[in-house]
Amino acid sequence: MDMTVAKKKLGLKERYAVMTRGLDWTPSYQKMEDIYPYIAYEGIKIHDWDKWEDPFRLTMDAYWKYQAEKERKLYSVLDAYTQNNGHLNVTDARYLNTVKLFLSGISPLEYVAHRGFAHAGRQFPGPGPRVACLMQSLDEIRHAQTQVHAVSNYNKYYNGMHDFHHAHDRVWFLSVPKSFFDDAITAGPFEFMVSIGFSFEYVLTNLLFVPFVSGAAYNGDMAAMTFGFSAQSDEARHMTLGLEVIKFILEQDPDNVPIVQRWIDKWTWRGYRVLTLVAMMMDYMLPKRTMSWKESWEIYFEENGGALFKDLARYGIKMPKCAEQIALEKDHLSHQAWSTFYNYAAAANFHTWMPDEDEMEWLSSKYPNSFDKHYRPRYEFWREQAAKGNRFYNKTLPMLCQTCQIPMIFTEPGDATKTCYREVDYKNEKYHFCSDYCKEIFEHEPEKYVQAWLPVHQIYQGNCFPEGTDPTVEGFDPLAKVLEYYHLEHGRDNLDFDISEDKKNFAEWRGQATKNV
Amino acid sequence: MQIDLRTVSIKPIRHTFDNVARRIGGDKPASRYQEGTLDMQQTANFHYRPTWDPEHDIYDASRSAIKMADWYAFKDPRQFYYGAYTMARAKQQDTAEANFDFVENRGLAATLPDSVRETALKLLVPLRHVAWGSNMNNASVCAYSYGTGFSQPHIFHSMDQLGIAQYLTRVGLLLGDVASLDEGKRAWMDDDAWQGLRRYVEDSFVVKDPVELFVVQNVVLDGLMYPLVYETIVDDVLASQGGTAVAMLTQFMTDWFAETKKWADATVKTAAAESPDNKAIMAKWLTEWRDRAAAALLPVARIALGDRTDEVMGEVVQQFNARMAKAGVAI
Repeated sequence: MDMTVAKKKLGLKERYAVMTRGLDWTPSYQKMEDIYPYIAYEGIKIHDWDKWEDPFRLTMDAYWKYQAEKERKLYSVLDAYTQNNGHLNVTDARYLNTVKLFLSGISPLEYVAHRGFAHAGRQFPGPGPRVACLMQSLDEIRHAQTQVHAVSNYNKYYNGMHDFHHAHDRVWFLSVPKSFFDDAITAGPFEFMVSIGFSFEYVLTNLLFVPFVSGAAYNGDMAAMTFGFSAQSDEARHMTLGLEVIKFILEQDPDNVPIVQRWIDKWTWRGYRVLTLVAMMMDYMLPKRTMSWKESWEIYFEENGGALFKDLARYGIKMPKCAEQIALEKDHLSHQAWSTFYNYAAAANFHTWMPDEDEMEWLSSKYPNSFDKHYRPRYEFWREQAAKGNRFYNKTLPMLCQTCQIPMIFTEPGDATKTCYREVDYKNEKYHFCSDYCKEIFEHEPEKYVQAWLPVHQIYQGNCFPEGTDPTVEGFDPLAKVLEYYHLEHGRDNLDFDISEDKKNFAEWRGQATKNV
Repeated sequence: MQIDLRTVSIKPIRHTFDNVARRIGGDKPASRYQEGTLDMQQTANFHYRPTWDPEHDIYDASRSAIKMADWYAFKDPRQFYYGAYTMARAKQQDTAEANFDFVENRGLAATLPDSVRETALKLLVPLRHVAWGSNMNNASVCAYSYGTGFSQPHIFHSMDQLGIAQYLTRVGLLLGDVASLDEGKRAWMDDDAWQGLRRYVEDSFVVKDPVELFVVQNVVLDGLMYPLVYETIVDDVLASQGGTAVAMLTQFMTDWFAETKKWADATVKTAAAESPDNKAIMAKWLTEWRDRAAAALLPVARIALGDRTDEVMGEVVQQFNARMAKAGVAI
C-alpha cells in the first residue's frame, strides 16, 4: 500500500481566496481600460484591489444551500397564509395602504438595485468586490420577487396595487423613490456603491426596510413580515458590504476622502427625503404603531448613526451637515407629508383618512412640541368639513422640488409657519427647491438634475394623458385623464378610506369568516 | 375516496396584476415565474441618463442590434425565478457534495491512473478562468440587456459560472494541491495551448451588445466547450481509462449544461424567429464566433485527445450546427 501523504489543509481564508481571487488574471489581449471603461471618471483612486477584505466568505455551494432553505420556508408560510385568508387578520383595512405604498414605491427599487449591483460587479476590476456585488445583485432580485409574491394575494382582494409597475413609472409621488434610484444607478459605479451600498443599505436600512417589516409584524401581516425576516440575513450581508466599501475606498487614497464625504452628504439627504414616505407611514398609516418617526430617527440615526460617524472620523469623514436640519424637521415631517397626501387623495393609489381621537392623542404625546400647535387644528377642521360632506380633495397641482421631487410642502427649518422655497437660475431657466440641501445637490451637477422627469411639469406639458387625448375639448377633466394614464380607477383606487371598497369588503369578508350568516 | 376539507372561501376581485393579465390573455391565476418576471424592469420616464453611458437610457433596447417588438417574448423554459432557481441548484449541490465526499472518503483520487490525473488537472484547472470570465460576461448581459425575461436568467448563469469555477478549484485541490492551481494559471497565461482560448475570452470582455455577448459566451463557447470537455473527454475518454471518479466530480457541469442549453436554445429561437434581420444577425454572430471558438478549443482538446482531436472537434461542431439549425438558425 502506498503511504498517502496528508495534503495541507487550507484555512477558511486561504480556501476562500483560491475560490475567488485565484480565478482572476491580468488580461493581455485587451487593455484594462477597454475592459473596465467606467472605473476612472469619478476621480476615485484605487491602488491595490487586493487590499479589499472580504466581508463574508460565502462560496456558491453554501449560498445555494442556505438560500434555498430560506426560500422553502418563506413560500410555505406564504401558501399557508393565503390558504387561511390571512389578509383578514390584519389589524384593520387601513393597514393595506401601507402594503400598497410598499409595493408600488419600494419593491421596484429592489429590482433596480439588482441591475445596479450587476453593473457595479461587472465594472469593478477587483474580484473581491465583484463577487460581493454580484451576490448582492442576486439577493436583490430575490427581494423584488419575494415582495411581489408576498403581496400577490392582497392584490386579489384589495385595490390600488393592480398595476404597480405601471404606476411606479408614472404616478406623481412615486417619482420620489424612482428618481432616487435612477440617480444612483446613473452615477458612476463608486458613487452607486456609496449611495446604495453604504448610505441606503447601511445608514438608512433601519429607517426604511425595518419600519415596514416591523409594521407588518405589529399589524398581523404575516406575508410581509415573513419576507422581511427571511431577508434579514441577506440585509446583514449587504450592510457589511456597504461598510467595507467605504473603508476600502477611504483607505486607498487620501484624495478619495472629500469625494466620498460629498457623496455621503448628498445621499444622506436624498435618502432622508425618500424617508418622508416612511415617516408618514409610521405615524399615520399603521393602525398599530411600532414607534413614532421621531423616535426612530433618534434611535437609528442620531444614536446608531452617530456612533458610526465617530468610527469613520479616523478616515476624516464627518457627520453630514444636513443632520442638523433633519433634527429640526423631525417634529414636522410626517404631519406635513400626511396633510399633503390627505389633500391629494384623488390622485394617489392609496387611501387617506383623518386620525381618530385616540390617534390624535398618540400624536400629541409623541410630538408635544408641534402636533397640538400646528397640526391638530388643521385636522379638526378637515374632519369637521368631511363630516359636513365637504371632504377636501385638492385638484390643483403643487410645485415640485427639482431634486427630491417632493411637492414644496416643507417649512423653514425652525419656523413651522413659513414654507421653505429656494431657487436657482441656470441657463435662463428657473429651478425650484424645497431646501438648501436639495439646491446644493442640483448646483453640483446641474446637467444631471435638469433632466428630471417632474410629474407636475409633465402633466402641464400634456405628457400624462392617454394617447389621443384632446385637452382643448369642452369640459375637459385633466384629473380624470391623468388617472387614466396612471391606470388608476377613480372611486376604487383613490379617495378617502371611509368611502372605499377596501373598507366595505374587508368588513363584509371578516364577517363571513368569523360569523355564521 | 376523497376527503373534503372545508375552508372559508372568499371570491377574489381579481386574479393577478394587470400587467400580467395583459400579457397572458386575461385576468386569470398566474404563476410565480410570471408575476416575478413580467414587466419587473422599469420602462418609462427615466429621470437621468447614465453618466457612464449618456448615449443610452438606463435600460435601453438599442444597446443591441437585435430588435424585438416585445422583449418579454423571451421566456425561460425552466420558469426560473429566484426561489425556483436556488432550490434547483441546492438539489444539484447536494448531489455534487455527495460525489465529492464519495471520491474523497474512498480515496478514489489516489487510485486514478497517473496519466488520467495529469490530463484532468492539465485540462480542467485552467477552465476555472474561463468560468470566471463567463461570470463577468453574464453579469454584463444582466446589467445592460433589456427586459427581465431576457436579463434575469443571466444573473443566475453568472452565479452558476462562479459556482463552476469553484467546483473546478475543488477538483484541482482534490486531484492535486494549491500548486496545481498555480500551474493551471501559469498554463492559462503562458502556454500556447491556451492562448487562443484566453484571447477569445478577453475579446468577449469588450463585446458591448448584450445579445451578442450572450451568443459569444453562452451559446457558442459553452455550446462547444461543454460537449467537448465534459460530455466527451471526461465522461467518455477519461472514464474509459479508469477515470470515472473525475466524471463524478464534474457531474454538476454535465447536468448544468443539459439544463441550461434548453434555455439558450429557446432564447436563440425567439430572437431569430422575430424577423429575417434578427435571424441574419444571429447567423453572422454564430458563424463568426463558432469558427473562432472551435479554433481556440482545438489545442485545448489535444491535451486529452491527441490524434483524435480533429475528428472529435469536427463532431462537436457538427452537433452544434445541428442544434442551432433546430433552434431556427442554419449555420
